[in-house]
Parts: sequence; structure tokens; C-alpha cells
Amino acid sequence: MIRYFSLAGLLFAFWLALSGHYTPMLVTAGAVCAVACVFAAIRMRAADPEGHPIELFRGAITYFPWLFLEITKSGWSVTKVILDPSLPISPTMTVVRASQKTPAGMATYANSITLTPGTITVGVSGDEFTVHALVRDGADDLEGGGMDRRVSQFEGAA
Amino acid sequence: MTLAVDLASWGLILLGSFFTLVGAFGLVRMPEVFTRMHAASVTDTLGVGFLILGMTLQAGFGLVTLKLLFLLALFVFTGPVVTHALAQACLHEGIKPLLAEDRRGMTRPRSTDPDDGRQPS
Repeated sequence: MIRYFSLAGLLFAFWLALSGHYTPMLVTAGAVCAVACVFAAIRMRAADPEGHPIELFRGAITYFPWLFLEITKSGWSVTKVILDPSLPISPTMTVVRASQKTPAGMATYANSITLTPGTITVGVSGDEFTVHALVRDGADDLEGGGMDRRVSQFEGAA
Repeated sequence: MTLAVDLASWGLILLGSFFTLVGAFGLVRMPEVFTRMHAASVTDTLGVGFLILGMTLQAGFGLVTLKLLFLLALFVFTGPVVTHALAQACLHEGIKPLLAEDRRGMTRPRSTDPDDGRQPS
């Protein structure tokens, strides 16, 4: 139930932010639309822990800054590889295990791998991700499991 | 104060442009499709990120900044999905990635399926 109210509140806030006009008529229309969207989402079974993971919001406050820092670090190393005249790439395919328990947690891990420059999740089967890395070091880092632990911690923060 | 904000904003926009250029440069230099995706991801994370940060400094506090941050969120959530779909499509088409090292077989028995790791449809 809290999930539905939070979804309605978020949708309404989104409407207000995008509209920028605050006449009573438009604000009421926004509220009605937000509630209608929640009913549609319930009917489509999209308002579940996967579609609207309110459990993850608290962990997201610290997770995203950490992820952006990781993106910047690996983005810089990929930049150095690209600008190096000898183009020192060593493409590597590897399989890493995801220790997350929920679909939203696993999707976060897979997307975080892809979002970090230099590594792409190319396939998922069960709890194993097939990962393509631009350089060997990227594959080594993922096999070390640092990011996996951080995502599991983010998932368990609720 | 305004000058400091302007300077910071110019710095961030220049940095974003630099990473966008690096991504484009990598796109040309890389040998095949999978490695090219890595170059493109520099553009759509660091390039877009720094450009949008620089633009938020120009916009100041307000609805425009909020909309720019929505744009950044859109990139963060849809970018990886698109990249993943592209990689998956390439594997499914039977395009073999050029590999220096293949560790897929080291952690479990090697599969004969060309698009290894793909979820059964």
C-alpha cells in the first residue's frame, strides 16, 4: 500500500516539476493523472518491488555517488587507452557471479557493470553474468567482486 | 561569485566536450563492434555527465536544473539497457568478439552455443 502512495506522490511531483504552471485546474488534472497512472500500473503489475523498488531508495543515496566515482575512475582509464598511440587493448570475456537476491538488485549490478566504461554485461543466465571487458584489468576487477559486494550492500540497506 | 560559477561551468562543459571527443575518437580507432561500444560508453557517461553538470551551473536553481537532472537520470537508466541490447543482438547474430583472452570456459564447462550466456528465449 505504501508503495502505491509513494508511486502516486512521485508521479505527481514529476508532473509538477515538468509542468511549471500552478493554476488550480492544472494541478488537479496532475493529481488525477497521477492516481490514474497508479491504477494502470497496478493493473499492469508494474507497481511491484521490481517496478517501483521503494526498498532501495535509502541505499541509493550513498550508492549513486559511489557509482559516479567509479564511472569517473574507469572512464579516465578508458580515455587513456583510447588516446594511447599503441591502443593497448586486451578484450576479455569472463563470467562473474551476482550475489544479489532480488531482480531489482541484479538489474542494478548488471547495469552498473555496463555503465562503467570498459565493461559491458552481454548476457545473464541465472546468477551468472557474461561480461566483455576492454582490458584484462577490468575483468580482474569484476572477478574480485568489489562491485558485487557494494551492490549487495546497497540492496540489503533497506 | 558569478564569475566563479561561470568559470566552473565553462570548465565542466569543456571537460564534457573533451570526453565526447575522446569517445568519438575511440569509436573510429577501435577494431570491432564490442570494443567500439566501450569507447561509446565514455561519451554517454562522462561526456554527457560533465556537459549536464556544466549546464546546471548555467541554469542556476530552478525547474531547468531539475529537468537537466531528469535528463541525466534518463541517460543513466536507459544507456546500459541500450548497450546491453546491442551487445546481445551482435552475439545473437553470430558476430564473434575479437578476444585477447576468453575466461568464459574457466569458471564453468565451455558451452558450444555461439551466443554464450544468452537467456533462453
